[in-house]
Amino acid sequence: MTTTLSTPRTSHPVMPAAVTPNPRPFRLLRHSLALAKRSLIKTARTPEALIDVTLQPVLFLIIFVYVFGGAVAGSTHDYLQFLLPGILAQTIATGCIAIGVNLNTDLAKGIFDRFRSLPVPRSAPLLGAVLGDIVRYVIVTLSTLAIGYVMGFRITTDPLSAVAGCALAVLFALCLSWLPVYVSMKVRTPGAVQGLMFALIMPLSFASNVFVGTSTLPGWMQGFVDVNPLTHLVGAVRGLFLGSPLGNHVWWTLAWCAGFVVVFMPLALRAYRKKV
Amino acid sequence: MTAELVIEAEGLVKHFGSTKALQGVDLAVPRGTVLGVLGPNGAGKTTAVRILSTLLTPDAGHARISGFDVVRDAERVRQVIGLTGQYASVDEDLTGRQNLELFGTLLDLGRAGARRRAAELLEWFDLTDAAGRQAKTYSGGMRRRLDLAASLVGSPDVIFLDEPTTGLDPAKREDMWDVVRSLVTAGSTVLLTTQYLEEADALADEITVIDHGRVIAHDTPEGLKRVVGGQTLSVRPADPAQLPLTAAILAEVSAGAEADEIRKGMLAVPVADDTAMTEAVARLAAAGVAVTELALHLPSLDEVFFTLTGRTASDDDTTTTTTTTIKEEVAA
Repeated sequence: MTTTLSTPRTSHPVMPAAVTPNPRPFRLLRHSLALAKRSLIKTARTPEALIDVTLQPVLFLIIFVYVFGGAVAGSTHDYLQFLLPGILAQTIATGCIAIGVNLNTDLAKGIFDRFRSLPVPRSAPLLGAVLGDIVRYVIVTLSTLAIGYVMGFRITTDPLSAVAGCALAVLFALCLSWLPVYVSMKVRTPGAVQGLMFALIMPLSFASNVFVGTSTLPGWMQGFVDVNPLTHLVGAVRGLFLGSPLGNHVWWTLAWCAGFVVVFMPLALRAYRKKV
Repeated sequence: MTAELVIEAEGLVKHFGSTKALQGVDLAVPRGTVLGVLGPNGAGKTTAVRILSTLLTPDAGHARISGFDVVRDAERVRQVIGLTGQYASVDEDLTGRQNLELFGTLLDLGRAGARRRAAELLEWFDLTDAAGRQAKTYSGGMRRRLDLAASLVGSPDVIFLDEPTTGLDPAKREDMWDVVRSLVTAGSTVLLTTQYLEEADALADEITVIDHGRVIAHDTPEGLKRVVGGQTLSVRPADPAQLPLTAAILAEVSAGAEADEIRKGMLAVPVADDTAMTEAVARLAAAGVAVTELALHLPSLDEVFFTLTGRTASDDDTTTTTTTTIKEEVAA
């Protein structure tokens, strides 16, 4: 029979009374934080998504220090001291790729339709995703330092400088992540985000002072190395951790951070608004 | 007849490349009523809902929700609408409760308000026991309920339901219908898309039929049923020898038509209204006819489309000439 009997609803059938929204100031900030919390919950539920920021620095440190340390620096300990800030910067840069991959996956799902149908500032879902990733960058910084300490790495400056070095690395990651966020709006598949971002990050991390002193590099490459944002981040972190000359590295790093935000944040937001 | 229109669309056009999703669609929904938008897959129903809920901008035409233009006043529109998509639009990694609390926060209910609202809606949708589980572990029916609950967090005046029961079993579908009726009783205005005439008939005050991005009929359910034919009563007598007797009884209760044997041992006859069924049951019992199957059907979407356009809903655009003539007849 198509005239089915309605099964009684098991719950009490009373519809809840209507509620009245009560708009308050700082909507963008509050909504972004609520959405950042969503990212955090998702991260906590899928700890395997943290492999790129936990296991990768460990593997890179062990392999590079014990395989190349003797050849490059004459002793594994000296090379560890030199390499750790570089590995931190490299992992921070590759760790940013995940936000692009995740957003690209998320955008294909109905949840972003829901966000767009709510009276939420258009930039809040993207800001929330970027802010929520702070925890990933803190984890990468701590896990790199932890394994470094086990291997014998020591910060030779003061605690304040050490904290400043870590904070600079996390800030750099937050600003750089607008690039993969933008890329995620422009390409069709998560795989494409990953591929494109690796193609951008790999040259940045190798044509730099991450693994070797720049004086050994050919002249034509030094021009690139000198403007490479990772070179400046690594230089700044080395200075803050080990007391090597800081030069203008901190300023250049901050300038690059500002540059990433000024260029890629508006591009990403515009692409997000246009996206169907 | 000058009831306030809460949803108004005029001449909506939307093309995606060479696909003409909408080719000039008008919709009108008075306050406190339900409009059923009936059409097959690819008719443009979802595109229309996405434009009305500010997710898409129309290429031409305009639409207003509670008087706010969906393009120019999109932000105001978003404050009064709730959208339940064809595919569950909740975060599958979050629990049911976390989802609803997130939307409550985004709707400025405040922390305590969002928590209270989530608890109420979970209770109403019978999801309290599952509230602490990730949405991805929910069954299809639970996910639909959570999705609908999510669109009701802000107590919207206008609710868009894009195929809310597609894929649900009949009992779950009836539950969903009850919810929609409660919403309308509470004063909401609902636009519902569906592929089932039965669903539109059960819920809608008026039905707009769209096909290939155009409105091909707009009427009350009764009016539409008059055009496409009303219900069909089908009966399978337990003893095939009683088929002639059964046919005679069915002819008496029918709307003046002979009974057809639509399948082996199964007779069907068009009937005017629901009372025909009761009458048929009484007469069959009086005549001593035992039946194994007895059902009242509304025409399927295919039958509706066949009547309105001269082709089935799944057909391609090959019979355009016939389509136009018959459409004109219907309009006349």
